[in-house]
Amino acid sequence: MNAQNIPAQLAEIIDDFQAMEEPERLQLLLEFSRSLPDLPEHLAGQPELLEQVVECQSPLFLTLEIGDGPEEPVEIYFSAPPEAPTTRGFAGVLHEGLNGLPAAEILAVPDDVPEQLGLTRAITPLRLRGMSAMLARIKRQITDARAAV
Amino acid sequence: MQFRGNGLPSLWRMMTGAKVVSSCLWLGWAETTLDEWKGFAMPVVAAEQNEKFAAYAHPERLVSTDWLAANLDADSLVVVESNEDILLYETGHIPGAVKIDWHTDLNDALTRDYIDGEAFAALLGSKGITRETTVVIYGDKSNWWAAYALWVFTLFGHEDVRLLDGGRDKWIAEGRELTTETPKPAAVEYPVVERRDEAIRAFLPDVFEHFGKPLIDVRSPEEYSGERTTMPAYPEEGTLRGGHIPSAASVPWARAAAADGTFRNREALEAIYKGEAGLSDGDEVIAYCRIGERSSHTWFVLKHLLGFENVRNYDGSWTEWGNAVRVPIVKGTEPGEVPAARR
Repeated sequence: MNAQNIPAQLAEIIDDFQAMEEPERLQLLLEFSRSLPDLPEHLAGQPELLEQVVECQSPLFLTLEIGDGPEEPVEIYFSAPPEAPTTRGFAGVLHEGLNGLPAAEILAVPDDVPEQLGLTRAITPLRLRGMSAMLARIKRQITDARAAV
Repeated sequence: MQFRGNGLPSLWRMMTGAKVVSSCLWLGWAETTLDEWKGFAMPVVAAEQNEKFAAYAHPERLVSTDWLAANLDADSLVVVESNEDILLYETGHIPGAVKIDWHTDLNDALTRDYIDGEAFAALLGSKGITRETTVVIYGDKSNWWAAYALWVFTLFGHEDVRLLDGGRDKWIAEGRELTTETPKPAAVEYPVVERRDEAIRAFLPDVFEHFGKPLIDVRSPEEYSGERTTMPAYPEEGTLRGGHIPSAASVPWARAAAADGTFRNREALEAIYKGEAGLSDGDEVIAYCRIGERSSHTWFVLKHLLGFENVRNYDGSWTEWGNAVRVPIVKGTEPGEVPAARR
């Protein structure tokens, strides 16, 4: 983690976005929307196991599982329809940036990370709010899951 | 209308309105005699004629997916996609369609206003649209944002702007062609036209002056009653109070759309807006929602499909009204009384 508590795999994505001009950033977000993995078999078709992030403009659902071991690695699962590429893109960034990391590292990620992608003007703050909400819910689910143990 | 440079668009309307010829024949005729008309600002893409559209007040404001598929290559026609999701166009769009984003292209972020005439001219010119171009707009979510773009085009008096009935979803549901190829239109000259808000845009003081005449609140029932301040499943946008403008009738915007995203037929629309909401011919109406997008859809229905001449969209809508100081609201499911005159 760097000084800002941003995990290396997420910091790399932020750097990629920052290195680009605005129109290219949108293209990169589109690529993230395409690379978002489908739900695994044990979650697919079971929407009640996922939490809806109502702050997103289009339906997005997420859930996570915390693995055994002292590191508490977190697996994050997202579900969003193909006709919501912006929302899928946000989810794709968070998946690639956070998935598999220890719970403590994800909890330490600054809440304003979405604003560091340099998308605020191209996407607009209103739309970007959905991504902040996803991050907040991921953190809250981790906190809740740990408290329940 | 102050925007018309010559009388030919009126002639065009007269001819198509009189249904002298069917759309195919008319288009063919227009093509074969195009040379004779060069130099005139006459739309050469004739309006579609069909039974459903013919019942509307202004059938020339709509095209069907069939019509668009048959006319995609028409000269002087530009297809515009306008969506809520800013990346949806990039995943595939109608061949040749250009993208205009409601937020980043049409809004001026610094003034909380629409762009000015110069920015509009630059935007449309860059999309290959001239003042005479027939523009067909379509988009996601039953044309919600497409209707908003059409309304902004109307602020600038763009004469021939139409919606694709059923929008993006219907085009896709019918298995029609999509492409990810982004067209690179040659830049053309679009004149700098001053935006004229008065006729179709209402501001907060206009709403106070309007009290006593019909207001239509097009938000969800929960937003109308004040239970919540955003659409179900939508981001909280910072409205302090929940409720509605006193005396406004509740008609959620999507009631005007059928399951396939097309507009309901005239009879069904009359039953909703005249029967239930109590509008009468000749009424002056103001529609509003949260930021003016959903009410653009209703504005289109009232103005172009039902023929109400004087309809304004209050784009400040609930984000302004719900937060403004010394501005009354009503909570609950009843419209409530017209407030006493304010000094």
